[in-house]
Amino acid sequence: MSIDVNGITKRFPATGAGQAPFLALDDVSLSIPSGQLTALLGPSGGGKSTLLRIIAGLESPDAGTIEIEGNQATHLPPQKRNVGFVFQHYAAFKHMSVAKNVAFGLEIRKRPKAEVAARVAELLELVHLTQFAHRLPAQLSGGQRQRMALARALAVEPSVLLLDEPFGALDAKVRKELRDWLRRLHDEVHVTTVFVTHDQEEALEVADEIVVINDGRIEQIGTPDELYDKPANDFVMSFLGPVTRLDGRLIRPHDIELRPSADRLGAVPGVVTRVVRVGFEVRVTVETSTDPEVLVVLTRAQAREAAVGLGDGVWCAPVRGAQTVPVMSAVNGSAPAPELAGSQ
Amino acid sequence: MVETPTAVRWLLRVVVVGYLFMLIAWPTSLVVQRTFEHGLEGLRVALSDPDVTHALWLTAQVSVIAVIINLVFGVGVSLLLVRSRFVGRRLLSALIDLPLAVSPVVVGLALVLVYNGRFGWFGPFLEQHGIQVVFAMPGMVMATCFVALPLVVREVVPVLEEIGDDQEQAARCLGANSMQTFWRITLPGIKWAVVYGVVLSLARSLGEFGAVKVVAGNVTGETQLATLVVQQKYQNFEQETAYSVSFILAAAAVLCIVIVSLLRPKENR
Repeated sequence: MSIDVNGITKRFPATGAGQAPFLALDDVSLSIPSGQLTALLGPSGGGKSTLLRIIAGLESPDAGTIEIEGNQATHLPPQKRNVGFVFQHYAAFKHMSVAKNVAFGLEIRKRPKAEVAARVAELLELVHLTQFAHRLPAQLSGGQRQRMALARALAVEPSVLLLDEPFGALDAKVRKELRDWLRRLHDEVHVTTVFVTHDQEEALEVADEIVVINDGRIEQIGTPDELYDKPANDFVMSFLGPVTRLDGRLIRPHDIELRPSADRLGAVPGVVTRVVRVGFEVRVTVETSTDPEVLVVLTRAQAREAAVGLGDGVWCAPVRGAQTVPVMSAVNGSAPAPELAGSQ
Repeated sequence: MVETPTAVRWLLRVVVVGYLFMLIAWPTSLVVQRTFEHGLEGLRVALSDPDVTHALWLTAQVSVIAVIINLVFGVGVSLLLVRSRFVGRRLLSALIDLPLAVSPVVVGLALVLVYNGRFGWFGPFLEQHGIQVVFAMPGMVMATCFVALPLVVREVVPVLEEIGDDQEQAARCLGANSMQTFWRITLPGIKWAVVYGVVLSLARSLGEFGAVKVVAGNVTGETQLATLVVQQKYQNFEQETAYSVSFILAAAAVLCIVIVSLLRPKENR
């Protein structure tokens, strides 16, 4: 195991008089395997950035230990942990050229000049910034600055690469490009990488493994498929994609079928209150006796086949193999396991 | 954008220019005019007076020492105020501004009370060990440091706040220790704020009058600073010498500011 997080707890002091200290991480334990790309996913303020900063040594935990590659790192200062850290707002050294930025870690380590120059050239090639080597960071676009920051972090051959919302400050198109590029880069370089994001699509697309963090606790750990297909609870399910309520359970809107008669187990009768076509999909809203707004997403072909119109009476049924999770707000002490509909 | 009527615009300009002229430009230009009333004769006479040259040299020494102390202390305090959170931080921040609020004469008196060799709180102890503070160089430097204290801090603190600590954290992650981070990352980032603070401190130190008058003792040719010479010569009806020394002091301060604004790169500020 490359990074071992054991029982980490972190409180931040109260921001005002009479307020309780903010519990950012509550006894979090986690093992991050070598050579993989792991995403820490969760809503803002959930503690994921704090965990990343504790791994890097930029924050110190109130309790718990961190081991990096089997070495006890809990009390090491950041400069002794050999981690690469990439910040959301790039943290470019503004007074240095791109090449000097990338060379910084090597120059601190007093490597020979020729070796530094060769390594910087190689890294600039890797991040496609060779022709900008002599520019200042202020003369680069956001995406270029973040690629420079990545090259700078990789220059010292860190044992782990940590990225804190690396694409959060970029516009949608550049974010998408860099996301693909990060995945390809990781396949080339193979350094253990942990990145923090609040964008579930980014995590599902890029990561080998996803750790869902909410309210200072880990909700679930798994591959993107495991998380999407077998969410541990209603939070993970609703955070990873759109959900709607049908008969007291959470279900994905594309996992509901509309049928003209009650020929399915668990089918619920309702009335169509809204039909909206958005591009290739048709969104139908159905009012049932238990839920005023069940959202159903159909493809155009399915919609044509079902021939639903405003005011029609329909039966809503989960499709075979659909994933549903009970709604937690129901008064129920223990969390029931998710079950597969239609598998009985 | 709302267009201001031409007449109003001109009125505003006249008011501003007139205000600056009556308050600053005219009085200063009169000093210059009086200095050069008889060509360079006034300056020559002034500079051949050993009391004047001694006072100018003493002022230069005191100012440079005070500025160096202020530079080190000012940058240190700025880092402390911006980068760490501790009990009493806001009190310290308020204390830094005290010299701007308190009259320099009071500062001088306070220093005399503490460091006076005969009845001071701390002075007799120091004097027994051969260190004279009041009526000597250390006292003059301390008084000058006190009045110029906020100038470096108030220039550096906003810049430190603006650049944030991201770059410093990035440097730490890349293997730099705290000294390397300070010299390679923090200092280049606040360079121009430091230079500006130093120039303002220097200008303020050259011109200090009230505090050093109380502390220095004003012994002609020994502990008399340039500003005190100006007052003494003026009262002794040697106006031309007084104007000349005033001119030299003002010119030195203006020169500092001009040099810095020429050196300063255009894209900053």
